[in-house]
Formats: sequence, structure tokens, C-alpha cells
Amino acid sequence: MMRLVAPLAVLIPDYRYGRALIAALLFLGLPSLWAQPRLNIEVSGGTEMAQPIAIVPFGLSEDQSPQVDLAAIIAADLARTGRFRPLATRDLLDRPTRREEVDFRDWSLLGANNLAIGRIEPAAGGYQVSFALFDVFRATEIANGTLTSTASGLRQTAHRIADEIYERLTGQPGVASTRIAYVSSRDSSPDPEISLRVADADGSNPQTIVSAAEPILSPAWSPDGRRLAYVSFENKRPAIYIQELATGRRELVASYPGINGSPAFSPDGGRLAMTLSKDGNPEIYVLDLASGALRRLTDHFAIDTEPTWSPDGQWIAFTSDRAGTPQIYRMPANGGPAERLSREGDYNARASYAPDGRSLAMVSRVKGAFRIALLDLESGTTRLLSRGELDESPSFAPNGAMVIYATLHQGRGVLGIAAVVGGVSQRLSQESGEIRDPAWSPLALGGRALRP
Amino acid sequence: MIFIPDLPARLSGPLILTAILVMGCASASKPNETPGGSGLTPGGRQPGTMPLTSERSGGMRPWEDPASPLYERTIYFDYDTAQIRPEYVNLIRTHARYLGDHPDLRVTLEGHADERGTREYNLALGERRADSVRQFMLAEGVRATQLATLSYGEERPAVLGHSEESWRLNRRVIIQY
Repeated sequence: MMRLVAPLAVLIPDYRYGRALIAALLFLGLPSLWAQPRLNIEVSGGTEMAQPIAIVPFGLSEDQSPQVDLAAIIAADLARTGRFRPLATRDLLDRPTRREEVDFRDWSLLGANNLAIGRIEPAAGGYQVSFALFDVFRATEIANGTLTSTASGLRQTAHRIADEIYERLTGQPGVASTRIAYVSSRDSSPDPEISLRVADADGSNPQTIVSAAEPILSPAWSPDGRRLAYVSFENKRPAIYIQELATGRRELVASYPGINGSPAFSPDGGRLAMTLSKDGNPEIYVLDLASGALRRLTDHFAIDTEPTWSPDGQWIAFTSDRAGTPQIYRMPANGGPAERLSREGDYNARASYAPDGRSLAMVSRVKGAFRIALLDLESGTTRLLSRGELDESPSFAPNGAMVIYATLHQGRGVLGIAAVVGGVSQRLSQESGEIRDPAWSPLALGGRALRP
Repeated sequence: MIFIPDLPARLSGPLILTAILVMGCASASKPNETPGGSGLTPGGRQPGTMPLTSERSGGMRPWEDPASPLYERTIYFDYDTAQIRPEYVNLIRTHARYLGDHPDLRVTLEGHADERGTREYNLALGERRADSVRQFMLAEGVRATQLATLSYGEERPAVLGHSEESWRLNRRVIIQY
């Protein structure tokens, strides 16, 4: 059992005294805008399959040392995947920062399969960060790279290096530079404040995208990671908005009588599937974002909701209770006959396609408990991924290795992350208040600029 | 948590009189719960005394008056169903008659679900519950223009907590005047 609790506010990069003092004053003085409750992250399980790796503290130049431990961030990123077991820094016999300083026999004795080293040097506008990754047994270099970073961008730089290491060693893209959107609410407040937030995948750097005294739900990322669609009741009725994260500019895209819910971007980003009940009961519609043309895809007196696109854009899976209980169906993305996908149990809802399109994560009721289940679309079999009583809102990591979902911990709303293969799991919680309705961003955000 | 539309306080004597008449036939035996009330049971009041009571309590509308049968505005449901339980038929009828007599009044039927299951499915379930109350009222002669529906799904629980006791109180439709 491994336990990492990162007090994230303490890790904010450019903590020189003046700024730290200002930040502290703002924390005390101003409410929501500055005092974003930090997310704590706990990791458990999954060490059996994990590969030992040594991440040596990055070399620093004497005067301009940043207060960000890149090696620690990289190690934590790799540990959270369950695929790697970084050696404790205190166990490292040597601290090379250049290739010529590496003695592979030392690392072999420590049992590290791989070794990563790096250096941070002052450069115009911030820092230049270089790193190298080695195969200890073959005594060869696997990868290296150099990145420039502002002081405040060093955490992000560390995540990018972690993703590069992960991809080189597993063949899968890493998700350390991705982000997670979620809904946060203050608990037991007479005047509820609900906000849609976006944090880094390790829970750091939470930022409020929008907040209201009315419910906000169902955030959905655009495939380029630049916009979020969501449902807000801020005008006392549900409406769907699309908001650009960089500018905060947003557009009201659906505000019909009745339900305006479940927004889901098509994989090409050009269309938005949604649930509208304007014609009497909840049906699936697709809105063409360029032309504004709205097309109804389902026509049934039952509840049809929670549309989700297959990654190839060919299908829309959705929840319907047309057979008496909520089950998952799919239909061609241009409309057509629906085919039932979920076979077991009396409650299967809110499907989310795996990035490879071969399976769906969904909410299933099992002996009275609502859990996250994985439905294999080829074999038709299901497998449980979570163990809570009221788990919901599954969303795949863009590399397909993990699923994030909403769960309760000691009666409080937190986020759980389960590995699809292997036993590692994570729990993200907010210092105060509850969090729910997570949506994992696509890969596009991290950028793949590292390639040599 | 309960959103009460800001209607103009133009409640007149005849309107209250109707409330009393409706009340008289719906639940005459209901005990008087008026805070600092007159001690009269609703059915025993003289119509002429009502405006005075109303003024003393600050122009209270009948659905805000605990002594009025219109005060009961919440219909509870069983799990994952929108079927109206027999014990709520009278409650809905009472409101339907009142609305039938007051075509200028509009209500929002606000549907809710408990937290179990998925949020968007619960939004649909809350709407289905609101719609089943709406259908009942339409059948009772209420004009369609008087009825709006709104579902909050599981987003606005009346009671926090993760037990059957809380869930029971959260599966509801509120008639909001």
C-alpha cells in the first residue's frame, strides 16, 4: 500500500516570499475567486505489477533554484499509473544529472529497470529543463529532451516529461498532462454555491470555470480540449452552454422547454449530441454547431438520454428505459434502429466509450449498489471496476488505462480513479465541500511537442 | 431551497372564500396549524372573518397558510416510478380545483429524484414525475397554460443524507405557485 498525499497549495511554483505573502492575504480576505479548495490525492494498491524506476532529483544551478521538485512530480505521476514504482529518493546512492555521471552498475544493484535524470538551468523567460531516460540493464539511453518553461509552468513541464517516460516505456500515451473537469459544491450551505472546475490530473491547480447558486452538471470536453459543454440551471431552468476555457467566452446552445441535458461532442468536434424533452419526453438530438441545425435521433415514449459517441463517430450509445428498466443501447450516429448493448442486471446507465471503442464504462446496479462496470462490446461480458454504493459518472482517461468516477467516501462526494487493468486506484477529494461529475480531458491539451 | 415565484400580493376576499370552500370538502377534519392562530378549525371559520386573519398574518396566500389544504404541495413517489400513489389523489385534486377556479394562476410542477442512479437519468425521472402530476391536473380540468413543469433531478435534495429515509423525502413533485 502506497499513500501519497500532496498538499497542493504548498507546491505552487513561484513561491518567493513576497508572492507567498500576497497569496496568503488573499486567501484570508477574498472568497471563492482565490481560495480554491485544493484537491488531495491518495493512491492505493497496484505495486505488484509495477516496474521499479529511479527518478533522480534534477540538477539545479546555484542561484536561481525554483521551489519545484520536478523529479518528485514525475515520480508521483508515474506511481499513480500503477505501472511504475519509483525508488525513494533517500535510497538513491548517487545523484547524476548528466549522462557521463551515470554508473549503470549502481542502479542495477538498486534493482531499478530504468533511470531518469535531468537538469534545470536559467534561460530567457524562465528555465530550460533537460532530461534523459535510460535502460539500466542494457546501459543505453532510451529518450532525451529539452524543454523551455516559465517558472509557473514547471509543474506542467514535469507532467510532460512524465508522459514522455510513460509512453517510451509502455507504448501508451501518458495522461499526466491532461486535466479533469468536475463539479464542486459547498456542503450544507443554506446558499449553495456550485462551480464547474478544471484541475490538473494530479489534482493541482484547480480553477473555477463558472459558478452559480443553481445546479451545474454534465461537463463534457470538446475533442481539442479547449471548450467545455455543460448544463446550468442559473436561469432557474436547465440550459446547455459551451464555454471556451482560455477566454471564458461562452455560448448558449440549447434552452428549450423541458430538459436540456447530457451534452456530448462528436469526435470531430462539429456536433453536439444532447437530450431535449421539448417534444414531450426525453429524446436524443444532434446539433450541428456550425449550421445550428438540430436533428432528432430517437422517437420513443420512454426516457432516452445520456448519449455518448463511439470514438470512430459511427455510433451513439445512450440510456433508455424502453424495455422497462434503464439499459444501454446504441444507434447509428445519423439515426436508425437502436440495438440493446447491456444484457445483465436491471439498471445500466450513463455509458462512456473506451478510447479504443471496444468497451463501455457504465453505471450498473449490483445487489442494490450502484457501481462502475466495464462492458466488453465483443464478448458482451461485464466486469466491475468500483466498489462503492453510489458510484456514478464514469469517464475514461484518454489513454484508456483508467476510469474516473464520482463516489462517496465517509458520506462525502469525492472522485475515484480505477485502473482498467491492475489494482491501482486513486481518490481525489476537496478540503471542504463535495466534488462530483468528473470528465477527463482529451490528450490534445498536453501537447506532444517533446518529440526529438 | 424552495423557489416561490414572486407573485403580486393581490389576494382578495372571494379568492380566499373559494379556498375555504375547497378546503371544506377536501379535508374538513384537518387540525388547525396556523401559528398564533385563531383557534378555529378551518371548516368552522366564517368567510367574513378571513380577510382580517389574512391581514394579520401579512397577506398570506392560501398555499402559504398552514391551515389551508393548499398548504400541502408535495407529492412523494416510490423508487424509480412516476406513478401517483392513491394517498395523493386528494391533494392533487384540491390544487386542481383551486386552479380551475383561478384561471389567472399558474403553477410550476417541480420534479425531483433521489440520488441513486445517474444524474441525467434522474433529470428525466423528475420530469416524468412532474408530467404525471400535470396529466392528472389536466384530466381534472386545469388549463394547460396554467401548468409548467421543471425537473431538478437529484440536484436539489430536500434532505441531505444517503439513507432510505432521506431518499423517500427527495422523490417528490412540488406544486410551486
